[in-house]
Amino acid sequence: MIGIQPIEEYARLISDAKQHSVIDGASSGTEKRYQVLHGDYPDPDALRKTAAAIKDHTLQNLASYLEQAESSLLASGAKVHFAATGDDAKQTILSILREHGVTSITKSKSMAAEEIHLNPFLIENGVECLESDLGEFIIQLDGDEPSHIVKPIIHKNRREIAETFRREKIAPDYNDDPETITRRARVYLREKYMAAQGVVTGANFVCADSGRIVLVTNEGNSRFGMAPVPVHIALVGIEKVIPREKDLAVFLNLLGRSATGQQLTVYTEFVNGPRSANQPDGPEHFHVVFMDNGRTDVLASNCREILRCIRCGACQNVCPVYRQASGHAYRSNYGGPVGAVLSPLLFGDRFPELADLPKASSLCGACNEVCPVDIPIPDLLLRLRDKAKREHVHSPAALPMGPFATLATSPSLWRTAMTMSKAMNHLPIDVAPIKPLQDWLGQRTLPPSRGGEFRRWFKNRKSS
Amino acid sequence: MSQPVARPLSKRVFLMGTCLCDAFYDDVARATVEVLEHLGISVAYPENQTCCGQPAFNSGDWAASRKVAKHTAEVFAGEIPVIVPSGSCAAMNRHGNPLQFEENPDPAIDSLATRTWEIIDFIFNGLGIKEWPGAFETPTRIAFHRSCHSRGTDTGKAVRTLLGTIGNAEVIPFGEQEQCCGFGGTFSVTFPHISGRMGSLKLDHISEINPDLLVGIDMSCLMHLNGLATNQGRQIPHKHAIQVLRDTLPATTPTPA
Ligand code: SF4
Repeated sequence: MIGIQPIEEYARLISDAKQHSVIDGASSGTEKRYQVLHGDYPDPDALRKTAAAIKDHTLQNLASYLEQAESSLLASGAKVHFAATGDDAKQTILSILREHGVTSITKSKSMAAEEIHLNPFLIENGVECLESDLGEFIIQLDGDEPSHIVKPIIHKNRREIAETFRREKIAPDYNDDPETITRRARVYLREKYMAAQGVVTGANFVCADSGRIVLVTNEGNSRFGMAPVPVHIALVGIEKVIPREKDLAVFLNLLGRSATGQQLTVYTEFVNGPRSANQPDGPEHFHVVFMDNGRTDVLASNCREILRCIRCGACQNVCPVYRQASGHAYRSNYGGPVGAVLSPLLFGDRFPELADLPKASSLCGACNEVCPVDIPIPDLLLRLRDKAKREHVHSPAALPMGPFATLATSPSLWRTAMTMSKAMNHLPIDVAPIKPLQDWLGQRTLPPSRGGEFRRWFKNRKSS
Repeated sequence: MSQPVARPLSKRVFLMGTCLCDAFYDDVARATVEVLEHLGISVAYPENQTCCGQPAFNSGDWAASRKVAKHTAEVFAGEIPVIVPSGSCAAMNRHGNPLQFEENPDPAIDSLATRTWEIIDFIFNGLGIKEWPGAFETPTRIAFHRSCHSRGTDTGKAVRTLLGTIGNAEVIPFGEQEQCCGFGGTFSVTFPHISGRMGSLKLDHISEINPDLLVGIDMSCLMHLNGLATNQGRQIPHKHAIQVLRDTLPATTPTPA
């Protein structure tokens, strides 16, 4: 039986304002990406393939690169922790903070932290926790959820933000001028940075050869966060390791361009261990928490290519379904095409609940075309549809295909169906219960059936 | 989508007519035959062909779609090229089938994959015809929707180039050309609202350039766009690229009514 899809429902109910914000933000991102990438490289495709090959190589040898990264990090004075699950990661982070007596932190944007809902956990456990990325800060003020990997507030417009600032008394009055909003946030956040005792960041890359972690931001917020505090914890998915520093030449050139159409993000920070004796500031304690949380299961699956992802959001921007439904429709911090693959796999126990995500795609392949690490997302969506079918996961998007297969493997039945112009009675759309069919035909007119006409023409001209 | 290498060429080909042409668009299949014959290629149309199996494949019912694929591979068994007037069915043969047989590869499936050509790709890259010896009677502004399943293949460029060489034709770019028309087969049934919105956006972008003709390489996309346009009271004259090639040839079979 097919029923109303959750993602379809989100798209039906989304407000016009929200949808405009999402579509505008996403289309401009797509356009900028294209211009910059194609302006700078005669063959961006070749670069994407190189990036994919490096990631695949790393994933195939992940255990040894993780070991190498661990020893490099230790050698630079960092402490290294491994967390098998999200809960482990949260406990590890909490105990590090307690060990150092930290009760107040700033946090720069981290998908891994979003994935395990680190913020609410820390707050529940008495740690004051402030998002320092402007978008995430606004999300936090609103008690909202991010809806885009790179632009968490893509679904909001400046009027809503100005209203939030007024309501939360970040600003004395309502002012929706973007520059004013940013200045006000800056004044507010600066004080908080100085008062914090620790910082939690993610990491875009961890270089196995040097132990350097690399963070890219446009606001410099993680750099600010690190400067005045004694403790830095980086929460890192195990797939973020890359073999060599020089591989960054490939990834950094692709990441900024794919994410925001920038040749390079405004800040690219290289963290090489805790503060050394000759450095004037920076955390003297540096902890790296490598988190698995389902990633080795993904690695063992037939969808492992998704672990190449460098979280650029280009697939979200270009995705027509994401544009219509917004990231929230995907019910996890990873919306859009990447989320449609990653979420059902990563949150394994939620597979039945999220099994509809891979179906919410026309398989148009725009995501694969823009992906900087050439992830064949449509193939992965298809493999997940197959998995759902094989594992008998009920999904409202499953059309019964048995009758179709019977017809399509019985040539004489097929021909009869065609010539009797009754094809529509046997093609899959008709076996659907009536509601979706009505929805379909309510918006679209089918061409008149001309079943069997071609066969007749072809035969007659032969005999004539 | 990877391009199978060294696809065979011959003066004799199979036509894979597609289920949509079988049910609705007989003139597209007919144009395919007429153009191929005009180019000196003889065409065989195996009577037992049905559908490429995509509805079941895309729904995740691979047990069902593998049966259909095997049937298709059997129907088109042999050495000669299989020509399809659809980027989508071509992609199914060339990419989808090997994907659903990845755990148990099947030589018949692989053979079908390497022998399948989308029709315009075959004319342009296979037969090497880089200029079309035809003309429109009056200046014609064309909007070309490349269809998503031709991504990563040589088809899009082939069509755009070939259309551009037709006398009196001008191919005009329009906004967000990489966006899908919203059809996606069963997708449009399970997600009718999203699919309809996608299609309307596509129509808006096309309308902005006010073309004389919308050209595609997949009747499924054109059926969807036209189906939406009709309900919205919009008119979009549309043709499959192979119909355009046939109809612009001088003194050839006239377009049937
Ligand atoms: S899947 Fe590819 S395009 Fe999407 S966020 Fe990841 S790297 Fe970017």
